[in-house]
Amino acid sequence: MKEMTIEEVVGSLDSGMTLGIGGWGSRRKPMALVRAICRSALTDLTVVSYGGPDVGLLCAYRKVRRVIAPFATLDSIPLEPHFRQARQRGTIAFTEYDEGMFMFGLYAAAYRLPFLPTRAGLGSDVMRVNPELRTVRSPYEDGEELVAVPAITLDAALVHLGRADRRGNAQYLGPDPYLDDLFVKAASRAYVSCERLVETADLLKEGPVQSLLISRSHVTGVVETPGGAHFTSCEPDEDRDEAFQRAYVTAAGDPQAWATFRDRFLSGDEAAYQAAVRAWREEEGR
Amino acid sequence: MTATRAEVCVTACAEAFRGDGEILAAGIGGAVTVLAARLARLTFEPGLLTHDGVCLLTGDVPALGETPREIEGWLPFREHLWLVLNGRRHVMLGASQIDRFGNTNISCIGDWARPKAQLLGVRGAPGNTRCDTTSYWIPRHSPRVFVETVDMVSGIGYDRGAHEIRVVVTDLAVLDFATPDRRMRLRSVHPGVTVDEVTTATGFDLVVPPYVPATPVPDAEQLRIIREVLDPKDLREREVPAAGTARR
Repeated sequence: MKEMTIEEVVGSLDSGMTLGIGGWGSRRKPMALVRAICRSALTDLTVVSYGGPDVGLLCAYRKVRRVIAPFATLDSIPLEPHFRQARQRGTIAFTEYDEGMFMFGLYAAAYRLPFLPTRAGLGSDVMRVNPELRTVRSPYEDGEELVAVPAITLDAALVHLGRADRRGNAQYLGPDPYLDDLFVKAASRAYVSCERLVETADLLKEGPVQSLLISRSHVTGVVETPGGAHFTSCEPDEDRDEAFQRAYVTAAGDPQAWATFRDRFLSGDEAAYQAAVRAWREEEGR
Repeated sequence: MTATRAEVCVTACAEAFRGDGEILAAGIGGAVTVLAARLARLTFEPGLLTHDGVCLLTGDVPALGETPREIEGWLPFREHLWLVLNGRRHVMLGASQIDRFGNTNISCIGDWARPKAQLLGVRGAPGNTRCDTTSYWIPRHSPRVFVETVDMVSGIGYDRGAHEIRVVVTDLAVLDFATPDRRMRLRSVHPGVTVDEVTTATGFDLVVPPYVPATPVPDAEQLRIIREVLDPKDLREREVPAAGTARR
């Protein structure tokens, strides 16, 4: 059985790793694990993500050497404040890919190919700002020149899903799987956090067989973290906490306010975080 | 009934989808692009596919913010990314900067290595513009948006291999690339807007034909659909600056 604690998952990671983080923007992000990385001594990470507050928080805690991403956004709030600050201060390196290129990089890693060809990126400044990118010519009659997107191979993947069993099988219950299975398949090791751990026999009680997105064959550890995607969404269990997301963005705009936010919400463990959020909600009358 | 500026914009954006048939009309969000796709589908382009803004293809055409009664398909992000490369899609994007050939920037302002302002990142713009028909909706036509050179080419223009940039619709005008060298041309000015206003608000030399027509206004049926069916809460009006707004 692969059940672990949040601290055990983070304790098994190393500084300097390339870490893939599932979800999309401010949706179904493994935030409990991200928060624990922020509390840890880990540093110098390369973070691979359809970026949201996962990227932002890790930047705010100076855990990041490089971000590989096509964007960082909070969806209902277009720009991620900490990612912006890190870019504008020049404190992180950035590999900026088109969304489809990024997916092909993960596919290449999942299929254990050195690269996959695509038209996405051709002619754009993605080629200028990533001078290591190469093109490849079709060996067939068309002879078309295409971008050869290198495999984005991950040392570890972190994903958050609705349900999982203790063997590491994991299930999404919302409408969109995002690219979570690809992150897992592109990684040497994968860790799944979930809203609720269930018996294997109970997995199909809540969703069809097609909702079993991730197979235990690829999973190293699984951890139950109710509300572990907060403040991002985890449909159908949790909507995005828009009010809290606004509070996060407001705090990020001012060093003093951010220090207060950190102290109040992020200085303790996950249970302390969830308790602090509950107290904040009561105060705000939400 | 007199159409508002926002309603002229919605109708002009809807016109972009004319002739597209059974492909996905994708709006980037907000009110105007989404209304445009839905208006086109409810009037002259009934074969269009439209989505709910998340990952469902809607069988009916709901009002902005309303839940569809029918679902006809599933388009999670991975399928959307496939569809971009497949090409059966016409997307209406936004842009923080756009140049005379239709190169656009949504990534960052200033030097990419250490930007003055980090924006979204390129998102899907490179692949969208290389593989799909693309149009742009720019709610505030100004020289800060219409620039000589964009800082980071996210969406590619005609000089860099764009598939097709059909139109650029702004709060002042409709622009296209129907010129021999594919430079941007003023196609029409919205009612009440002068050609001078548009060229002054554009930071590069536009191709201006000797006669510039007025942008067609919505007919009574289109206005009824916009006001009563698709946007009874008038969300479109919030997205378009009032006529006479200063432009920097």
